[in-house]
Amino acid sequence: MAFFTISLLNGLSYGLLLFMLSAGLTLIFSMMGVLNFAHASFYMLGAYFGYSVTEWLGFWPALVLAPLIVGGLGALFERFVLRRVHRFGHVAELLITFGMSYVILELVQLVWGRSSVDYRVPLALDGPLLTLFGTQFPLYRAFMMGVALLMLAALWLLLTRSRIGLMIRAALTHPGMVEALGHNLPRVFMWVFGGGCALAGLAGVLGGNAFVTEPGMAMAVGGIVFVVVVVGGIGSLGGAFMASILIGLLQTFAVGLDVSVAPILPYLLMVLVLIFRPRGLLGARGD
Amino acid sequence: MRRMLVWGLYAIILTLAPLVFSSSLSQTLLSQMGIAIIVCLSYNMLLGQGGMLSFGHAVYSGMGAFLAIHTLNRVTGGLALPVSLIPLVGGLASLALALLLGWVTTRKSATPFAMITLGMGELVWAMALMFPEFFGGEAGLSGNRVAGSPALGISFGPQIEVYYLIALYTFVCTALMYAFTRTPLGRMLNAVRDNPERVAFVGYNPQMVRYLAFVIAAFFAGISGGLAALNFEIVTSEVVSGYRSGLYLLFTFLGGTTFFFGPIIGAILMVLALVLLSEFTQAWLLYLGLVFIVMVMVAPGGVAALVMANLRLARYGYLRRLWPAYLVLLATGLPAFAGAAALLEMVYQLQLGAALGPELRFMGVTLNAHAPGSWLGAAMVMLLGLGLFESRRRPFVRAWDEIQHAIAQDTKRREVP
Repeated sequence: MAFFTISLLNGLSYGLLLFMLSAGLTLIFSMMGVLNFAHASFYMLGAYFGYSVTEWLGFWPALVLAPLIVGGLGALFERFVLRRVHRFGHVAELLITFGMSYVILELVQLVWGRSSVDYRVPLALDGPLLTLFGTQFPLYRAFMMGVALLMLAALWLLLTRSRIGLMIRAALTHPGMVEALGHNLPRVFMWVFGGGCALAGLAGVLGGNAFVTEPGMAMAVGGIVFVVVVVGGIGSLGGAFMASILIGLLQTFAVGLDVSVAPILPYLLMVLVLIFRPRGLLGARGD
Repeated sequence: MRRMLVWGLYAIILTLAPLVFSSSLSQTLLSQMGIAIIVCLSYNMLLGQGGMLSFGHAVYSGMGAFLAIHTLNRVTGGLALPVSLIPLVGGLASLALALLLGWVTTRKSATPFAMITLGMGELVWAMALMFPEFFGGEAGLSGNRVAGSPALGISFGPQIEVYYLIALYTFVCTALMYAFTRTPLGRMLNAVRDNPERVAFVGYNPQMVRYLAFVIAAFFAGISGGLAALNFEIVTSEVVSGYRSGLYLLFTFLGGTTFFFGPIIGAILMVLALVLLSEFTQAWLLYLGLVFIVMVMVAPGGVAALVMANLRLARYGYLRRLWPAYLVLLATGLPAFAGAAALLEMVYQLQLGAALGPELRFMGVTLNAHAPGSWLGAAMVMLLGLGLFESRRRPFVRAWDEIQHAIAQDTKRREVP
């Protein structure tokens, strides 16, 4: 019982972290048709900026500043690099984000070194939150879940209840009309891309000290995020949410039960979904 | 006639290359180039001809290599199979694997296809670490290619004999892959890339076309993996990694995906970069990433398209007008690049090579990463080069556009007599 509850909570917090990543990816993909291969690299940047700003100003400013920096970098990348290859089609856009993932990886190693950095959970959040059946659940995990849920709610409100959200949703379905009404569509794209990257950065700030901040972290999480997006149905936020939680729970339980196939479970799930439900959990029909 | 000439030339180059470059380093390089040519061409069957961007092609070259090394060890144990046929075993193994995995992978096209190949690659990579009996674990699997009875006095002991085996496979595979582009299936593959909806409307199944092409590409990738197993006599799990798949993608694209011969250029660049450039600088992956981004932005057709564009200029007699501009661009671009590279190398020296001290040799100059003079000098050279380059680039772009326009006019005039 203790194992079950703790694994459930750990799985949920990991799943919510995955959702912060896959939400940004899905948002960018469904608006711009761009699969941001460098998305996990922006997650890594978030962790490293989180570490540096924490050293300099403390954790709480880092929680706000690091995602903003990462989002700004993402917006700049969209404005000056991605937008120029838009006319060459989606493959070129995917390729350029692929090249970017190499550049970011090398730059991170250049600035912070090739080994992991000592990015710790802040003192105020260190320690157990509650003890269930004799096992402790860390406070920081609960904090992660709280921030993720808060961000989720904010995102949902922004998309459905605000003017900006209205424009973004309109740009999804009727880009021509939005432009005809005098909105600057490329600028909307830039902010969406920047916003998606900022979400990845926030996930990095939270995930960096819960796990390990090292140059390999982008590669480690990148594959899983893509699996989440495929399983959930490409372009569907609700599907991404379900798949994130599912995969978060799956991995946590598999690791906890010491199943030897734990590392390949998400990929097996992807294969099964592709065979039996090719459009994903909540995806639209067709390919 | 012209086609015979090109293929004859290709065969002659493959035959004479190790005689001209006869040092043992160049023999190693040439052998690896042959292997890389096959795998890059097979990759381009997906990317260039089918519009399928795969992040997991190393799965097929790597599994070919593993099956080949297992077969080689069987041959050493007494199995009656000539060593020269082992790459074919690798190819067939990859073909079988692609029959299975490809069915799932090719259900989607375009971006979802790319994501699925990435997941498949991760799946196989994770499995490689889970089953050390088959994949050899950390140490990998090794074998000895001098196995069985030598045929016609060829034991495959010396590197040169392996080179000629690789060259023969490279020539035959290149010819076969070229022939594939001329088959109805090859043509349908191009159609599926350009307009799958219409293909379906005409009565073909785009998914089936993608599947068949995927399986054929995997077969050739497996052959190259088998050759690599014979060449290195060791196979580690790195050969199925996402890193390897990424390299195939990077260099096939750099070589050029729009022309059949583009990946050959890419393969040669790949071996040169992996063996020589990585010796020369620690920052080579950064340079590679930056060059790749610039190429996607400026020349999405890769090196092959640049070559063909200039051949076209020459044919219409405009190259004479442009080549001074090329020289000027080169003369201004080089200092800009050298300055930037010097700055980067100094940062690397500070961050990663701290144990070696602050001094480094760069292009014949001794730089000191602790001295402000070195930084200032490098930055000045870079900025000056950049400024001059940018000031010359603008007129060049204008002239280039004018010439392209003029050529278009010329061809139009010739069409309407």
